[in-house]
Amino acid sequence: MNHRPLREHPLVNLTLARMREFLREPEAVFWVYVFPLMLVVALGVAFRNRPVEAVRVVIQEGAAARSLAAALDRSPRFRAAVCDEAEGRRRLRTGRADLIVVTLANEPLRHEYVFDPTRTESVLARNAVDDFLQRSAGRRDVIEVQDRPMDEPGGRYIDFLVPGLLGMGLMGGGMWGVGFAIVDMRIRKLLKRYLATPMKRIHFLGAILLSRLIFTATEVVLLLVFARLFFGVVNLGSSLAVALLILLGALEFAGIGLLVASRARTIETVSGLMNLVMLPMWIASGIFFSTERFPEAAQPVLALLPLNPLVHALRSVMLEGASLGTLGGEVALIAAWGGLCFALGLRWFRWN
Amino acid sequence: MRRGGVAIRCVGLRKVYPGKPPVEAVRGVDLEVREGECFGVLGPNGAGKTTTIEILEGLMEPTSGDVEVLGMRWSQHARAIREQIGISLQETKFSDKLTVRETLTLFRSFYQSGLSPDEAIGRVSLEDKADVWIKNLSGGQKQRLAVATALIGDPALLFLDEPTTGLDPHSRRQLAGIIRECQRHGRTTLLTTHYMEEAERLCDRVAIVDRGQVIALGSPRELIARLGGEHVIEFSVESAEAAREPAESWRSLPSVTGCRFEDGGIHLTVAEPHVVLPALLELLRQRGWRLSSLVTRHASLDDVFVNLTGRAMERNE
Repeated sequence: MNHRPLREHPLVNLTLARMREFLREPEAVFWVYVFPLMLVVALGVAFRNRPVEAVRVVIQEGAAARSLAAALDRSPRFRAAVCDEAEGRRRLRTGRADLIVVTLANEPLRHEYVFDPTRTESVLARNAVDDFLQRSAGRRDVIEVQDRPMDEPGGRYIDFLVPGLLGMGLMGGGMWGVGFAIVDMRIRKLLKRYLATPMKRIHFLGAILLSRLIFTATEVVLLLVFARLFFGVVNLGSSLAVALLILLGALEFAGIGLLVASRARTIETVSGLMNLVMLPMWIASGIFFSTERFPEAAQPVLALLPLNPLVHALRSVMLEGASLGTLGGEVALIAAWGGLCFALGLRWFRWN
Repeated sequence: MRRGGVAIRCVGLRKVYPGKPPVEAVRGVDLEVREGECFGVLGPNGAGKTTTIEILEGLMEPTSGDVEVLGMRWSQHARAIREQIGISLQETKFSDKLTVRETLTLFRSFYQSGLSPDEAIGRVSLEDKADVWIKNLSGGQKQRLAVATALIGDPALLFLDEPTTGLDPHSRRQLAGIIRECQRHGRTTLLTTHYMEEAERLCDRVAIVDRGQVIALGSPRELIARLGGEHVIEFSVESAEAAREPAESWRSLPSVTGCRFEDGGIHLTVAEPHVVLPALLELLRQRGWRLSSLVTRHASLDDVFVNLTGRAMERNE
């Protein structure tokens, strides 16, 4: 522009100012860069894949209880204890036992299983113990089966988690880095002060976007490298596809951030709006657990949330090696959210 | 220069803020600021000063009225005007964690031409703070930075809204020096303030605004001269009866042009103190009243304001 060195261009200067402000704020750096890594470590360790623990069985005091307990205890898969009825039920209720086996006097070939049908471990325990007891009693399996345990990257919780955290980072970045930042400048009357200069509005908004993209790139690379080095998380799809999805997602949430910031004149208003946007998606967008846990009827609505198609597309690429071509619906939805919010945000934007 | 040396002209300016009831902040203001002069808009808080100046700065639309800045209109030449004016808002919180030089470099990038950041820093004497974060500046230093951001585009016209409010006397003197320096460079300055004595020292002409209207316009000297006397005698009397003495008997003293009661004391506007004082003392002696205080001073714009409105300017110092 007018033969001025790039260093003097307003877009460059506004972007530099945003970046300096951010990097000089230790709290912001912590929440954006360090916190997601801590989440990876905490959740990666808490939910690391480990062999299924021994099934805890209570044999209710009675006929042949002790010999049954001894038989179960000989297998490494079971840990058996003999208790009276009250104690056994207490253990089952509090999760310290998965199953109660009740033996019946005079009927050695009849047992009763007491278990909690809503608890996965309890149901598994019932089946495992039943299997064991039936075989010990002489049952013959008809089909010959062979177990081949799988522990490949791509199938673990940490592999599921990383794309979710990427999406969460993009959402948080857009809301804080664009939404909150703009309202903060409006409250400080800095927006008005800029407006009192010949600054072009497009430069101002462009700088916010540009700085956001630079921060996003750093954040994403840091998270992916960290997850790779410490947890062996790999991307089974193309890096370009991941990069494009992240760019698209960053722009989508920058647009939503802009819309949230367009009218707000107090920190309270913008904080409320940000929570309104982010809270449902923390839970219902499949960041930490699959959205399939929600009822069938809710699925079509959940699929329309801004973060859901992004997390889903990232997961499809990273975990299943899907190509962008097969994710047209998701990409279109992300673009639609971003475009709509940008348009409305710009239209309603309160400069003064 | 353009338009016969008029930097700002506004006619019939009105601003109504919608609400229940609507607030009429500016009620028909006409102003003409000449090129090269320092023009002050004075008045108490809430008089409509900031609304007026923000309309002139193009930051707010008037409800009605016509504004011309440097011969141009906001609706047609906003960018051209912006290149040639510098603005310091009443309160701007610049980014805490940028340095003075970084902030000025940023503002400089918005203008096609102007001062270098270091020149601007020099104008407001912040050399030793150039690389300090803004959060570590004092109130006066921040205000000087605000003025520096107004100067950075080397403007022909400078708007300063309450540049000295809330500052200590030392910082106020420093800022006054900066403003005078701008005048020496032939810049036009429009400032608002509620410090009357500051306006007296700095401004070539002032408009006193009250309740959204200009109630007096002229040089500080002219306005004070219109009081009919350039001096004020303030005195109070020990006896409570003095308060019941009609204003007429004070006004009938020789050379007295005005009288008002304020804070339990009596203020006389006088042309020649040496003529009034003997007569005043004689009157008190006759009534058997004893003076508890007596001060004579030059009349100020404060006195002009009180004379026009019957109210004292509110001070929030």
